[in-house]
Amino acid sequence: MWNWFKIVAFGIVTLLAAVAASWARDIAYQIHAIIIMIISAGMFVWSVRTADDINPPEPTGYMDGVIRYGVVATAFWGLTGFLVGTFIAFQLAFPSLNFEFLQGYGNFGRLRPLHTSAVIFAFGGNALICTSFYIVQRTCAARLWGGNTAWFVFWGYNLFIVLAATGYLMGSTQSKEYAEPEWYVDIWLTIVWVAYLVVFMGTIVKRKEPHIYVANWFFLAFIVTVAMLHIVNNLSVPVSIFGSKSVQVFAGVQDAMTQWWYGHNAVGFFLTAGFLGMMYYFVPKQAGKPVFSYKLSIVHFWSLIFLYIWAGPHHLHYTALPDWATTLGMVFSIVLWMPSWGGMINGLMTLSGAWDKIRTDPIIRMMVISLGFYGMSTFEGPMMSIRAVNSLSHYTDWTIGHVHSGALGWNGMITFAALYFMTPKLWNRAGLYSLRLVNYHFWLATIGIILYASSMWVTGIMEGLMWREVDAQGFLVNSFADTVEAKFPMYVVRGLGGALYLTGAIIMCYNLWMTAFGKQQPAAHSTAAIPAE
Amino acid sequence: MNKPDKKDDVDTTGHVWDGIEELDNPMPRWWVWVFYLTIIWAVGYSIAYPAWPLINGATAGLLGYSTRGEVAEDIARVDASNAEILARLSTADLTAIRDDDELHTFAVNAGGSIFAANCSQCHGRGAAGVQAGGYPNLLDDDWLWGGDIEQIAYTVTHGIRNEQSMDSHYSLMPAFGTDEILMNDEIDAIVQHVLSISGQDHDADLAGVGSTLFLDNCASCHGDAGTGMQEIGAPNLSDAIWLYGGDADTIRTTIQNARFGVMPAWSEEFRGASGLSLAEINAVATYVHQLGSAQ
Repeated sequence: MWNWFKIVAFGIVTLLAAVAASWARDIAYQIHAIIIMIISAGMFVWSVRTADDINPPEPTGYMDGVIRYGVVATAFWGLTGFLVGTFIAFQLAFPSLNFEFLQGYGNFGRLRPLHTSAVIFAFGGNALICTSFYIVQRTCAARLWGGNTAWFVFWGYNLFIVLAATGYLMGSTQSKEYAEPEWYVDIWLTIVWVAYLVVFMGTIVKRKEPHIYVANWFFLAFIVTVAMLHIVNNLSVPVSIFGSKSVQVFAGVQDAMTQWWYGHNAVGFFLTAGFLGMMYYFVPKQAGKPVFSYKLSIVHFWSLIFLYIWAGPHHLHYTALPDWATTLGMVFSIVLWMPSWGGMINGLMTLSGAWDKIRTDPIIRMMVISLGFYGMSTFEGPMMSIRAVNSLSHYTDWTIGHVHSGALGWNGMITFAALYFMTPKLWNRAGLYSLRLVNYHFWLATIGIILYASSMWVTGIMEGLMWREVDAQGFLVNSFADTVEAKFPMYVVRGLGGALYLTGAIIMCYNLWMTAFGKQQPAAHSTAAIPAE
Repeated sequence: MNKPDKKDDVDTTGHVWDGIEELDNPMPRWWVWVFYLTIIWAVGYSIAYPAWPLINGATAGLLGYSTRGEVAEDIARVDASNAEILARLSTADLTAIRDDDELHTFAVNAGGSIFAANCSQCHGRGAAGVQAGGYPNLLDDDWLWGGDIEQIAYTVTHGIRNEQSMDSHYSLMPAFGTDEILMNDEIDAIVQHVLSISGQDHDADLAGVGSTLFLDNCASCHGDAGTGMQEIGAPNLSDAIWLYGGDADTIRTTIQNARFGVMPAWSEEFRGASGLSLAEINAVATYVHQLGSAQ
């Protein structure tokens, strides 16, 4: 019965997509309709051919196939995101890299959202989905609930990414930062996300442990809140059901407020809460130590969840947003400082007592750097939300530096550590292919982040000071072009930092590939840690 | 291997997940106290500054602060301190500004800032122009519409070939090629003639043919010798300074399609709040005039 339903559904979708493709009003919509048509036609054929297969017995044990795919997707999208990021960094330093033959597709304006979405949603999102599936099964001692729904979540989410990314290149965007995809892509993501929530909740409900582990609180908060943020910020009315363009429901300052309520909480719940969930599992596992304080994890979880949601207006200091709203955003941001640091303290104190492993275990080292950058950027964030600081930092490269010390340092490093942790276990290997390569990756990434963050601090503060510099009579001293010219050397340094970070990620992919698919090594050799050089 | 750690002395909560246990340590005191302090500060700050939304409006805060108020105060302070000299600048005789040291210094500083904000986008940060776009160099001795300070101020005020000011400079070069006034070989001959009068390598035979064509078609604006005519903004073709470029290809393109360079009218009379006041126009004219080459 279910098989027949699937066949009919895929057939209808193929037909509708063909109609949509032929009536499409713009190229992005047309290409997307064709992509959907091809995929559902393929699924239709596949369903027909497998309709009479005898169902295998219900599998038992952990459902790790989808996580293996998630690991590969995370590594692939990570490379893509870092590559595009490094390229656009050099485009800013050398504008002639906006090649004439790429105009309309490969110029900075089209590639920039591709970079941010590839890194946050494709790399980060796949990392969150696969680690949350890994962690929730093991800490609940239960198989993922919902059978193949987890596969739907994985493929559905990656289809969302392909639609979003190709859409950006073809100019389909609603021009909202981190929420660029147009209405039909948003609807698809909503469906996938609800399925994700159902799988995650279902697994927790049928858990065999009496209590829910802290990592799962964070994952659940992340999934639920992102659903809410996504739906509210993307409320829009399509101009036509056969076109990609839509009109936002909110207008003016209300739209700006909604956008930054969303944008800040994308940072708060996607990049902070979700990744704290990863931290709370992989750090104690890798260190082999108990979590430092249960009380701290409760208090910082609830205070973080309660406070983050109010901090968005600090993105709109000195704009049309009323003063009272920006004051509240700033005040909540400052109070958020300690709840954010609670996660860092719990992580670092869990590692305390295992400090000797910093010398021998590059994965532990990545975790320490990750927590260090987490602590630094969650201090820097509240500081930059202070009105007086923001009047200097806003619109400058300081913001870009802040974002990247969080993204490259905290999110990137903890994800790398998680991938290094999971890969040998998922592919049943005794250990990683090479710890020495992990060590190279660690140093390349760390130096890359330092070059990136420090160059952006310098240009950010410099350009902020140049913009506001006035002479004795109150006249501005610099033109905008003066600041652009002054930033050039730092832009080159930033690009180099990105290149180092990218190189580290390439080394990681090789290492993970060899671990998963390379020749099996003797177990005794690979489990022993190699002493640091 | 590890020293027994003090933090490990406490009990765990008794839960185990996939081998992970949790210690029952208290929260670090300093963490709790800093958290409390930020909360106390937050309450205090939100009483001092506008913060809490009410049914109509919001609390204004005890300090009476507002971001717009702060900006208005800043602007008012600068305006007050410059009011006297701005008044003098707006009524000054432009040619006499140079003799008044204080006024001249002020005008050049103000004009430099105005230039950076409004003019540098086309004329370049150093006022050297951008030939690829036909934006004239303001440092050289060549002036399309006149280079004395009064003429500069007029050009800034009304602009060139725009639709904002009825009094903007206006002239129109015919598109000799696209409008089929001249044949291709005739244009080639004129190009050679222009190359010859500007002292560049040229084909002498063609240039000879071109000189007659030049007198018939071009001299009415550019002058018999090609020295140009400032009253109608016709450039001097006999010097080494070129608005769009002086090589054969660019000259041919210019004759073929003609050029239509536009400069906005900058006076607030035509642009409202984004325009320049009389004092600002005088300042920027003084700035451009003193760049080195003006008459």
